[in-house]
Amino acid sequence: MDVPRHWREQIRRYRLVGSKCKDCEKLSFPYRNVCPKCRSRNCEDYQFIGRGKIISFTNTNSPPKEHKYNMPFAAALIELMEGPVITAQITDARAEELEIGMKVEMVTRKIMEYNEAGLLCYGYKFRPIVEYAHP
Amino acid sequence: MDDNVAVIGVGLGKVGELWEKSLRDLATESIWMAFEDSGVDKVDALYVGNMSSGPFVEQEHIGAMIADFAGLGSIPAVKVEAACGSGGAAFIEGYMAVKSGLYDYVLVTGVEKMTDVLPSRTTSILANASDRDYEAFHGVSFVALNALVMKRYMYEFNVKREELSIFPVISHKNAPFSKHAMYRKEITLETVMNSPIISDPLSLMDCAPICDGSASVILCAEKKAREFTDTPIIVSGVGIATDTLGVHDRKHITTLSAAVEASKKAYKMAGVTPKDIDIAEIHDAFSIMSALSIEDMGFAKKGEGTKMALEGQHYIGGDLPINLYGGLKARGHPVGATGVYQIGELVCSLRGDGRVDAERGLAENIGGSGATISVSVLERGD
Repeated sequence: MDVPRHWREQIRRYRLVGSKCKDCEKLSFPYRNVCPKCRSRNCEDYQFIGRGKIISFTNTNSPPKEHKYNMPFAAALIELMEGPVITAQITDARAEELEIGMKVEMVTRKIMEYNEAGLLCYGYKFRPIVEYAHP
Repeated sequence: MDDNVAVIGVGLGKVGELWEKSLRDLATESIWMAFEDSGVDKVDALYVGNMSSGPFVEQEHIGAMIADFAGLGSIPAVKVEAACGSGGAAFIEGYMAVKSGLYDYVLVTGVEKMTDVLPSRTTSILANASDRDYEAFHGVSFVALNALVMKRYMYEFNVKREELSIFPVISHKNAPFSKHAMYRKEITLETVMNSPIISDPLSLMDCAPICDGSASVILCAEKKAREFTDTPIIVSGVGIATDTLGVHDRKHITTLSAAVEASKKAYKMAGVTPKDIDIAEIHDAFSIMSALSIEDMGFAKKGEGTKMALEGQHYIGGDLPINLYGGLKARGHPVGATGVYQIGELVCSLRGDGRVDAERGLAENIGGSGATISVSVLERGD
């Protein structure tokens, strides 16, 4: 039974909610119950805006089996504008378009489908921020 | 106990896709090889290094199982788990058990049976060593995590892929000599460069292979060891440290800070500096991990981890020969067993196998993407 472990992650995966230390203001994603900087246990939910830049990326041809349906895809380390670095897939872009430093924004997408029950899991992915020129 | 701890027995089972052998067969084989090598035939405790017997072969409780099937009697026997760093971690537990005086003879066995499941399932099981909810959930395999680190390293330090691809060539160079190795052949830089890309910039030949294997070593006090041999191999320093579970939480993506910390502890305990190390077994699961390990254990400056490799200093005859029995790349990487293979191989090199005359060496074993790293310094006790 895998539903609860994905169900309880909802706000973190759909709304990019991490945590903020009320004592030293350190922001974390994923959330932490103990602040990694000052060890305070006085932490609260904190919603990130969902924008950042790529600090590394890879185009993967050999993902774990729950992700086979989606291959090939790019995964990246993204530094959020608020500071924390998170791991996520890049979507809506061709692999050769990506580069380190590229600005990206969060979108909600299907992340994987697995087990006999056909469980679908949704969550954050990031896509390049496209600036359209007015005609 | 004031005495030093020594390794008196080594058993290195054949590594490969061993369809006919089960986990218990593999472990039993290496244990009895170690008994024969040591001259003792019973031990007081067993520590098993193993990463994922549950997901791989649906068997937990393997401490008791191995003690039972290897004929060890009713001794204490537990599994030690730290992902691909399980073997090195189990070795340090075994070291502490002897050093504390609690046990006279301790057996450390590393074992992993990986080939009973299909490769895509293996990829998924190995990803359990990363942050399952925040890394693996997103389809980031272990290869992909290492690729992320490698691309960042190439970007930060202006290093080319072909410069990192020298590491598999170095490990394979020593493999023909290594009777237990999975791939006993040399390869060229072109072979690495032309192999298929798994997760760019990492290619197939940058990655250690999936396989089965088991290695065992027997530890006891130096005084007792001298009853069996004139050249016991002394464990002069050990260090183990952890880092953030996820790569994304590291202060520096391209630094293995657990390697920095573990090696410092091991050097301090042994009373040595990196300059005193003659040979090293490096955790070359991926080419990038070799470069980072060389740097973070103090053998090179940051960004220059490939320099000695490109100068040929890591081959036999160079300043710091590495991976003398093929490393993870050519010997194979049966994940939880690897750390014990490294210790066993280091012991063989230090005893003198006709190739190097080394007094002191180290073995470095990495768990996950660097969240657990152990470093052990061993030296010849003659």
